Amino acid sequence: MQNLTLLDGQKFQITIQRLCRQLIENHNDFSQSVLIGIQPRGIYLAKRVAEELRKILPGHTIEQGDLDITFYRDDFRRRESPLVPNQTKIDFIIEGKKVIMMDDVLWTGRTIRAAMDAMLAFGRPERVELLTLVDRRYSRHIPVAADYVGIEVDSIASQRVVVSWKETDGEDKIVLLSEAK
Amino acid sequence: MAGLSTRHLLGIKDLNVSDLQLIFETADNFKTVLNRPIKKVPSLRDVTIANIFFENSTRTRLSFELAEKRLSADVVNFAASSSSVSKGETLIDTVNNILAMKVDMVVMRHPYAGAATFLSKHVKAQIVNAGDGAHEHPTQALLDAFSIRERYGDVAGKKVVIVGDILHSRVALSNILCLKQLGAEVMVCGPTTLIPKYIGALGVKVEHDLIKALNWCDVANMLRIQLERQDIKYFPSLREYTMLYGLNKQILDSLDKEITVMHPGPINRGVEITSDVADSKQSIILDQVENGVAIRMAVLYLLAGQTP
Repeated sequence: MQNLTLLDGQKFQITIQRLCRQLIENHNDFSQSVLIGIQPRGIYLAKRVAEELRKILPGHTIEQGDLDITFYRDDFRRRESPLVPNQTKIDFIIEGKKVIMMDDVLWTGRTIRAAMDAMLAFGRPERVELLTLVDRRYSRHIPVAADYVGIEVDSIASQRVVVSWKETDGEDKIVLLSEAK
Repeated sequence: MAGLSTRHLLGIKDLNVSDLQLIFETADNFKTVLNRPIKKVPSLRDVTIANIFFENSTRTRLSFELAEKRLSADVVNFAASSSSVSKGETLIDTVNNILAMKVDMVVMRHPYAGAATFLSKHVKAQIVNAGDGAHEHPTQALLDAFSIRERYGDVAGKKVVIVGDILHSRVALSNILCLKQLGAEVMVCGPTTLIPKYIGALGVKVEHDLIKALNWCDVANMLRIQLERQDIKYFPSLREYTMLYGLNKQILDSLDKEITVMHPGPINRGVEITSDVADSKQSIILDQVENGVAIRMAVLYLLAGQTP
């Protein structure tokens, strides 16, 4: 395994802050907008972004929820055993709101397709946007594009992109893993 | 995480503790789905399920059908009374004909013990046992244990008494196996004639005095007297049974602690349980029914998810 660190330390923090500023440009004080992290790894991104936004906009409520997409995936019965679901926690109304969906890595786009279905079970939002920390370019299986991107990465299918978080993994880091030849 | 250790759900006997936990955790998620404005998920979109009932049922059949529909499966229903079974077709022929119409799973209730196991050995589809004679009723036991877990947080260490017609009850056997696996203490209570002689071999206590049993337990599961399965008289009269083993409000209030009352349905009000008990705060009978759909969704989801 060869590891290539794409982003860490202060640069990682700067990227998160840039994404927050871009969100504020479009969503003002977030009174009509909500953040939804996609389980399992997107929730850390959503939590971090919500935390930063609260620092930048003190006194404003930033709604943030977790969305599990297990039951909406398109690879059911194509795996050895079904995936075990995670918790969905959305304590607010999304009807008529602007929803910003968040996932750490955007790759084939299939997760986002499932997340759209899962989210619509909670109501009809006014608008839906997608924020991703890492965009693996030229690898989409379905036509999905992110509105906000942390970094863009050119990679091949056998490689993996892993995002670690200070809260759970001890360090903020984006790593590109390749099989050793 | 691995899936279930079995391809069919024939009885609790085939499940291990991690299977039970997996089913409960999956059911937790389905329960939240059932409380959403849109209660349907598309998981089983390409799965067809046949519900084959050779015996009458209201709750189980509706519950399975709702679970299947909430998972977006295609459902066909079959009641033996209105079918060619009455013309002399065998069980395997009936089911194989249904499967020839491209059905993936069969949910079956049958009056003979072992019918589901027999079928699983002779046909290609995945089988879910919805009750076979006086043998097992696994989804009922799962939803009962799930309801106890919901009420108390955990099943382990809880004391559960099963009261009534243990001899003819598939609910009793499946419940005993399930609760014992999860670490609960189980007691059976009823007239001597309705308690199988060697039931102690399953690791359960036997008690013939209802008051003593209720004072011991945290949860009382009151079974229905299954008159349709009783070919001879096991007790002198229904009235005498009610006097000795019926649960009423006075008995419930005379206990030194608040116990939880369960019933698998259908209730014979005034026989094993009076109306004021069935409708009291201590009764979780309707929670059991609600949880039944979530548990059946979990079972169908976990079984159907195995690669065909």
